[in-house]
Amino acid sequence: MMELELTLPVNSNRDHMQGSQRAPVTLLEYGDYECPYCGQANLVVDKVVQQLENKICFAFRNFPLTQIHPHAQHAAEAAECAGAQNKFWDMHDILYENQQALEDENLVEYAEILELDMPRFQDDFYNHTFASRIREDFLSGIRSGVNGTPTFYLNGMRYNDSWDQETLTQTLRDIINKNV
Amino acid sequence: MSTQTEQQKQTSNALQPGTTAPNFTLRTTPNQSVSLDQFKGNPVVLLFYPADFSPVCGDEVSLYNEILPEFQRLNAKVIGISVDGVWCHLAFSKHKNLLFPLLSDFEPKGNIAQKYGVYRKNDGVTERALFLVDKDGIIRYSYVSPIGVNPGADGILKALESLPQSTEQKGDTRT
Repeated sequence: MMELELTLPVNSNRDHMQGSQRAPVTLLEYGDYECPYCGQANLVVDKVVQQLENKICFAFRNFPLTQIHPHAQHAAEAAECAGAQNKFWDMHDILYENQQALEDENLVEYAEILELDMPRFQDDFYNHTFASRIREDFLSGIRSGVNGTPTFYLNGMRYNDSWDQETLTQTLRDIINKNV
Repeated sequence: MSTQTEQQKQTSNALQPGTTAPNFTLRTTPNQSVSLDQFKGNPVVLLFYPADFSPVCGDEVSLYNEILPEFQRLNAKVIGISVDGVWCHLAFSKHKNLLFPLLSDFEPKGNIAQKYGVYRKNDGVTERALFLVDKDGIIRYSYVSPIGVNPGADGILKALESLPQSTEQKGDTRT
């Protein structure tokens, strides 16, 4: 299997990140909010991040497959609009927990639940303020060999193994132990 | 299933860069055909895949569908080819909302795939293979992926960008 390197390194100036940037391992996911596999992966990632605590940094980039997932683009935009108000991860989780309800009115409702500044949210959302950023995420994925969702990168290299909790945790632990 | 050696053998059968791409005329709908040479003047991406509706192909065509604007930016046409019949292609295309044509290498079965060296005789389907044909009809990139692995698009985009820039010729956009 080819080794594929991330062409746009994870960077706190542009990426949404959880955990310490000095953590020995950075896990990056390219995901789509309407993709059922990504929904499953989100649960796995949550557990893995909890287990590895301060040893892992998790980042997420958008990879909406809009022709098969008609709500994925707006859902990604809603997450970015929430991100502009420092609530990216809250919106991210709500979206994955409600993959069957991603109509625009649902997205606005989630913003209300998160108590976002609604005029600002609506302005960003309906003007597609973050569409180009999402495209940038997408293209960076294409250039890095993303071939479906979810696709993960560990410390900048594509992860080709299974992302079940056990395998992923073990792989991450191995990297962490090597780096210690 | 396919061992490493088998895979290598299959790979080596695929037409290599520098070869003239064999022309073909294949049906895309019950009453419409597409020929490779009608795209002369534009680069063409040929995406051979084993079967409509199989999970990996689904991901692969969806991915290419999504990246289509990138290929268009580089004036390239994208064409999918499998041994499925036109009616199956129509259903699959509709299901995936595809914006590029799927051609049917159906009768004689796999004839074009064989000419490109990417037919799996024992399985009766084409390899999962990518070819980049330049504006003059010469193959500039060929890649055979393990049958179950979606090859992504990083390799072919890189190959496409490294082609000498054509004179921005706009080809026929009919599909």
